Amino acid sequence: MPEAPMLEIRGLVKSFGGVKASNNVSLSVPEGRITSLIGPNGAGKTTLFALITGFHRPDAGTVTFLGEDITGLAPEDIARRGMVRTFQIVQPFAGQTVRENIAVGAHLHIRSRAGALQKAEAVATQVGLGDRLDQDAASLTVAGRKRLEVARALATDPKLILFDEVLAGLNPSEIRDVIPVIRGVREAGVTILLIEHVMQAVMSLSEYTWVLNQGELIAEGAPADVVNDPLVVEAYLGKGMAERIAKREARHA
Amino acid sequence: MPDLAILIPSVLNGLTTGALYALVALGLTLIYGVLHIINFAHGALLMIGLYAVYFLNVQFGVDPYVALLIVPPLMFALGYALQRGIITRAGHGRDENILLVTLGLSIVIENLSLFVFKSDTRVIDTPYSFEVVEILGAYLPLPKVVAFAGAFVTAGILWALMAKTDLGKAIRALAKERKGAKLVGINTEHVYAMSFGLGIACLGVAACLLLPSYYVSPQVGHGFVLIAFTIVVLGGMGSFVGALIGGLIIGVVEALGGLFLGESLGQIGIFAIFILVLIFRPTGLLGHKV
Amino acid sequence: MRQLAVLGLVFALIGLAPFVIASEFWLNLVIMTLYAALLGQAWNILGGFGGQFSFGHAAYFGTGAYTVAVLQVQLGVNPWLGLVAGGLMAVAVAAIIGFSTFRYGLRGSYFALVTLAFAEVLRILSNSVDFTGAGVGILIPLDQGAANFQFASKQGFFWVIWLMTLAAFAVVWWIGNSRFGAQLMAVRDNEDAARALGVSAFRVKMGAIMLSGLFSGLAGVFYAQYFLYLDPYIAYGPAISVESLLVPIIGGMGTLFGPLLGAVGLHLISELTRELIGDLPGVSLVLYGILLVVMVLFMPRGLAGLFNRLRPKATTKPAATGGHHA
Repeated sequence: MPEAPMLEIRGLVKSFGGVKASNNVSLSVPEGRITSLIGPNGAGKTTLFALITGFHRPDAGTVTFLGEDITGLAPEDIARRGMVRTFQIVQPFAGQTVRENIAVGAHLHIRSRAGALQKAEAVATQVGLGDRLDQDAASLTVAGRKRLEVARALATDPKLILFDEVLAGLNPSEIRDVIPVIRGVREAGVTILLIEHVMQAVMSLSEYTWVLNQGELIAEGAPADVVNDPLVVEAYLGKGMAERIAKREARHA
Repeated sequence: MPDLAILIPSVLNGLTTGALYALVALGLTLIYGVLHIINFAHGALLMIGLYAVYFLNVQFGVDPYVALLIVPPLMFALGYALQRGIITRAGHGRDENILLVTLGLSIVIENLSLFVFKSDTRVIDTPYSFEVVEILGAYLPLPKVVAFAGAFVTAGILWALMAKTDLGKAIRALAKERKGAKLVGINTEHVYAMSFGLGIACLGVAACLLLPSYYVSPQVGHGFVLIAFTIVVLGGMGSFVGALIGGLIIGVVEALGGLFLGESLGQIGIFAIFILVLIFRPTGLLGHKV
Repeated sequence: MRQLAVLGLVFALIGLAPFVIASEFWLNLVIMTLYAALLGQAWNILGGFGGQFSFGHAAYFGTGAYTVAVLQVQLGVNPWLGLVAGGLMAVAVAAIIGFSTFRYGLRGSYFALVTLAFAEVLRILSNSVDFTGAGVGILIPLDQGAANFQFASKQGFFWVIWLMTLAAFAVVWWIGNSRFGAQLMAVRDNEDAARALGVSAFRVKMGAIMLSGLFSGLAGVFYAQYFLYLDPYIAYGPAISVESLLVPIIGGMGTLFGPLLGAVGLHLISELTRELIGDLPGVSLVLYGILLVVMVLFMPRGLAGLFNRLRPKATTKPAATGGHHA
């Protein structure tokens, strides 16, 4: 990839008890693109996010963001440097309104309360929550909560957002509505790395993808190519499946 | 440095006291290990048990060791009712709420007792209250030695219960995986209440073994609450063996602390341990679950 | 902004008390209600807004009280200076407890228990050490005069507690309308999500516990000067810790006016029971215990929550249950 990498991960290793959740993972996230991380359940994708954003300390390896070694820094310090993440299971700040929720993100760089609330309003409109600003965040639908998650992260004026399954739990029409929001984030100049299971989103949004299986990187490339990689097929469908599929296709050809 | 003639009796006394503490903590360990409830009313409930043993003795002439057949079952029922009737409704999703409710219960129980029994301390008289046993040159009160043995026996019974009976298996399943337990048909509310009841029954046992060498007053529970918590934390939040060992350690620390620092300051050692363990090693010395 | 106006109005009205109330008995009632509101609001900062339930708030109260008392009695320091010292010492104790617990991520019930243990340690220490008078306690000699922080009539005391409580409420208003407050409440509601958005949970909790300790400490200073007697049980015992948390629980944790509602509610109920049942030992505490259980079970949002439900909300349906919003 020609551009300078925004985020560079080298040789990340992490074990929990006896299980290696991340085994020597290395990748470079380029600036200004939407890239993705895919893999079957339990592959270690969320763990990788946690390692990158400071929620866990890696046993070995480095994380470099914008040229600075941020391995082992606390999550809040990493967020301050411009990399934020969302969570798979969305937990809004219950007991506060949508506006107040987003304002927490805005406060990262804005001291004044009025300023943060104003920014929150702008960001809410950007993601399509403008009509629900004064609603209690806890009463949002799942789709609304996902937008809130995006809005909170966006309000911090990040350079890189890591979206952890932001489309999980949405029905097809909701997915169709959220995809342009994500594209809008990129158009606003923010680099995006997605963890996603929803393949349609991966194909239509991301230009490059990495495939994780059992903690290891097994393939990378443009989504259309990667999806046909036999190793990737086997990771999702089981050993020998790639061969069997190829044979069946040969028969039907 | 005091010589062995003073040290040994102090340590031995500490061990017997520690066993009593462990007995109190065993119930809390079960309640915490299964229900993840930090039962603040533990001391107040111990006090109720003590009063029960006291009145059985003073009004009906029942020997405290015979009361072992009466008080624990009664305490079990009380515990079951409390859990099913009050505590289980407090959750609302935060475990501090349960702490608040058990705090409230402890306040109600203690102050009602204060109102009913006034603040006098009372002791009972048994034929063996003043018998002593000689061990390693130290003279230990017989009731305390009996209590020491009782703590181990109780822990053994609890262990057998958890390992060998159906109820025990249900309790362990519930402790590990609540939803799964529900799915296989375990009546979770009932099992929770049984666990709480068992934990309080342990207090009944503790009360029977404790009264001969101690006293009862409305505030007696106070002293035991934080100590019991310290033991549970030290022993690993859900391990009976841990609670036993933790109790013995705390008993010895208190005895030695009292020896070197004087009665009141000695207690600080216990709290210091509590704070340090929670901060630095919250899984305790043995750190595993029931 | 409207909240600030209401706050000003409420305190202005309360400020009329010494001009309107002739009887010392009733003025004392208002004073004790403000004092309870101060205790409650202090706890509310850390517990209601910060989500960290402290069971040992007496640690800060007692430190403020003992500081002003000891400085006065042992070293002849003027109690007004003692007030400042008391506040600072309470903040220092809060910083120590906060650092020990938050630095290592202690939360929830464990945090509550550790705060209790700290309060007990202080109680034992003050019980064993001579300069605090050990078990006997400290008696502050009667020496009335404004310069001595002892007032012949209750009016002087009223103004002191009124100012302290107003300050506490003003700070809480600020918390509800500032970056610090927004970050604190975010940490309360979801610490991980807050950190992912750049909030330093540790710093924010430390700020909360120190503010909380400050106001508890000031309440302690007031107590010492008002009652002129302290002992380890009064200063560091469970009664203060329980009252500190009961008031906001009754009134509504995490709200501005909750502690005031709770203080009033608690006093009303106490007076009522005294009328109906008489002044019996332990009865008021039994009441406190029952109230605690009942509130947690049935009204986790407190009295303020009741008012919120009565007032029609601007937009959609009220927030789902689940969780003490607090």
